[in-house]
Amino acid sequence: VSDVIAVVLFFGITAYALFGGADFGAGFWDLVAGGAERGDRPRSMVDHAIGPVWEANHVWLIFVLVVLWTSFPEAFGSIMLTLFVPLSLAALGIVLRGSSFAFRKEVYRTSSRRNFGAAFAISSVMVPFFMGTVAGAIASGRVPAGGVAGDTWDSWINPTSMLGGVLAVTVCAYLAAVYLVWDAKRFGDDEMVEYFRRRSIGAAVVTGVVALVGIWVLYDDARYVFDGLTSRALAFVIISGIGGVGSIVLLVRANHRGARIAAVGAVASVVIAWGVAQWPYMLPETLTVSQAAAPDPTLWTVLVVFLVAAVVIVPSLGLLYVLDQRGLVEIEEAAPRN
Amino acid sequence: VTPVLLAVDPVPWARAQMAFTLAAHIILVPLGVSWAFMALVANYRAIKKDDADALELAKRWSKYMAVTFAVGAVTGTVLTFEFGLLWPNFMDRYGAAFGIPFAIEGLFFFLEAIFIAIYIYGWKRLKPWPHFWTGVPIVIAGIGGTASVVAANAWMNEPAGFSLDNAGNVVDVKPIEVIFNNAFPYETVHMLVAAYLVGGFLVASVYAAGMLHGRRDRYHKLGFTIAFTVAAIATPIQMLVGDEVARWVYNNEPIKFAAIELVPKSSDDVPETLFGHLNDDGTVSGGIEIPGLASFLSDPADGTSTEIEGLDSFPEDERPTTGEANVVHLAWDVMVGLGTMLTLLSVWYGAVWLFRRRLPESKWFYRAASLAGVASVLAMEAGWVITEVGRQPWIVFDYFKVKQAATGNEGVWVTFVVIALLYLAVAVTLVLILRAMSRRFRAAGEAQRDDDAPYGPRPVPSTARPREKEPVS
Repeated sequence: VSDVIAVVLFFGITAYALFGGADFGAGFWDLVAGGAERGDRPRSMVDHAIGPVWEANHVWLIFVLVVLWTSFPEAFGSIMLTLFVPLSLAALGIVLRGSSFAFRKEVYRTSSRRNFGAAFAISSVMVPFFMGTVAGAIASGRVPAGGVAGDTWDSWINPTSMLGGVLAVTVCAYLAAVYLVWDAKRFGDDEMVEYFRRRSIGAAVVTGVVALVGIWVLYDDARYVFDGLTSRALAFVIISGIGGVGSIVLLVRANHRGARIAAVGAVASVVIAWGVAQWPYMLPETLTVSQAAAPDPTLWTVLVVFLVAAVVIVPSLGLLYVLDQRGLVEIEEAAPRN
Repeated sequence: VTPVLLAVDPVPWARAQMAFTLAAHIILVPLGVSWAFMALVANYRAIKKDDADALELAKRWSKYMAVTFAVGAVTGTVLTFEFGLLWPNFMDRYGAAFGIPFAIEGLFFFLEAIFIAIYIYGWKRLKPWPHFWTGVPIVIAGIGGTASVVAANAWMNEPAGFSLDNAGNVVDVKPIEVIFNNAFPYETVHMLVAAYLVGGFLVASVYAAGMLHGRRDRYHKLGFTIAFTVAAIATPIQMLVGDEVARWVYNNEPIKFAAIELVPKSSDDVPETLFGHLNDDGTVSGGIEIPGLASFLSDPADGTSTEIEGLDSFPEDERPTTGEANVVHLAWDVMVGLGTMLTLLSVWYGAVWLFRRRLPESKWFYRAASLAGVASVLAMEAGWVITEVGRQPWIVFDYFKVKQAATGNEGVWVTFVVIALLYLAVAVTLVLILRAMSRRFRAAGEAQRDDDAPYGPRPVPSTARPREKEPVS
């Protein structure tokens, strides 16, 4: 059963990367959109694109944490014990991002909007960066098992963690730009379609370069995962590469729907490749999935809850996305009452 | 690289941070759980009776909810992180059991986040009844989510559904027994009613203040009536539930009960001490004693001859310290005292409605009502202080102590300071923004924001700017 739950866990991580990640990426584009005048329209796009959905997308993170601590308590305890600093920073970033985004929608003064906007945008970059360093720390085997803390600083300030952090930020930005092209098209704003199309191509190229550099970093610093990526996870690595290159080609040719599918495929396969490359370890080379697993009745409960979620939550999420895509749920402008 | 950080014992700081972040988050919980219900009441009335005021009320409430829910979602996420960041050994050891209710809570949180988005943002384009129904899952998810989270807390008080092997690992997990532990029904009902009570009083107190300021139009009265009625129904129920819970604590958690009633030594004919102070030598000084009442209330059948176990019946390292016992007792006085006053206020409201079929007119009623929101929050916080401090020094009662559970990270005091400052800033901003929204809603006819775009210039002539982000469809 523990293997199945590990798959469920990675399903959650992938979903968080694809949905939550794109919301953080939108914050990145908000950050680099320029001054109040120039950045007005892209920021408005960001507001409308993520406004109705970011909280639902955020729940994937809760899902991941809960599945991890219930099903693999020893792994959760070890990760939290060693990676106290980046995880605390990520948590602070999450508070800052969520509250400042909600606040920004409700204030009018340009200066207030700028302050909340800056807090929103900076924290949107902070969170994926620190989450990425956590992934890097785990992948490079720097989180020891068994209630012993690893190094407070070196565990997440190291080549693989920096790769993880930068890659997380670029991947989020890439996904967000590709989605925003689609949203701009939906809102019938051709200028913004072009704006985000150019940026998504740029982000895709940068992400690709970071990933290529990453191969050397992993070879040097995270050998177990490197070996996994070049053997059992190779298929996913290749799919990811094809998806990434494919999305660039499709973006250049202005095939937005195809580009979106290719980008989703590319990002999902990267996350899955990481999981497969680590197999059978939860914490590479110290704690395997089956060693970390909770007793079977707990795992079965998690599985049942997951299946119920598949029946109840997936259609609900589908409803939200369909309504969102059809413009049936949207951020309303404040209407004073007469 | 090891930057020099003041190395400080993490345990008290971890406790402080957990207590602070929980205390902050829980203020938003009742709003998340019961405000959607109140908005739906207004929404239902709006559709059924074609009531424009009710419609406006439901719309505005949902807009406030959008903001409070966002802050509640992220402060809740912090708690999720903190279980691991502050108590890694607890999660490592007991996550396999303690985590189960949270797995179920995740389900409800998902449902809540999805439907609150649809409901809040669906006003413009969904049809009235389908839109109304998208609000119903929020109410259900609020109840289910509360029950799940409280189940986890109840399990810490009454751990069940597992055993430990020789190495101290959790084995033989029985998920149903974990969830439906002995304390589960009592704590859950108590908290659910509290959510409606506090949510009702909080919302009503804003309208009471507005009415004191002369805003006595139908819109304000309706807002007050819906919210206060919810609270006024919940409050007497809560007193009965609370009485039941207290007697259950007497029977099942004698240590906590000894702290609540400030009983140093086991005896019968125990007085109910209001306020007062337990000293280290086991004497009680100060306070007002009502002879025999604590014994009588604990078991009315036996009356004042009911024996109550005192703190000294338990080993010193397995019971709350003198200071903690005093905190628990004070919290008890605060909770029961405020609860009693809120009950009287509810009775006042109910009596006027019953005999005169209208709202009370006395200024004193509205003065009291405008304070009821804060009072109810304090009562709820006090209730959590009782259950949490009363369990000390345990994190899992009789199994695992708080100090064993804590992280070894000596920098916790830094995160505590940072998070305290951040939360204070968020709290102040949240209140200011809710107030600004309310002013804006009120300022009828005033220039309305033309554009949602961030950083946008002041909304000067609405024709000057193209409405670029309107969907074409």
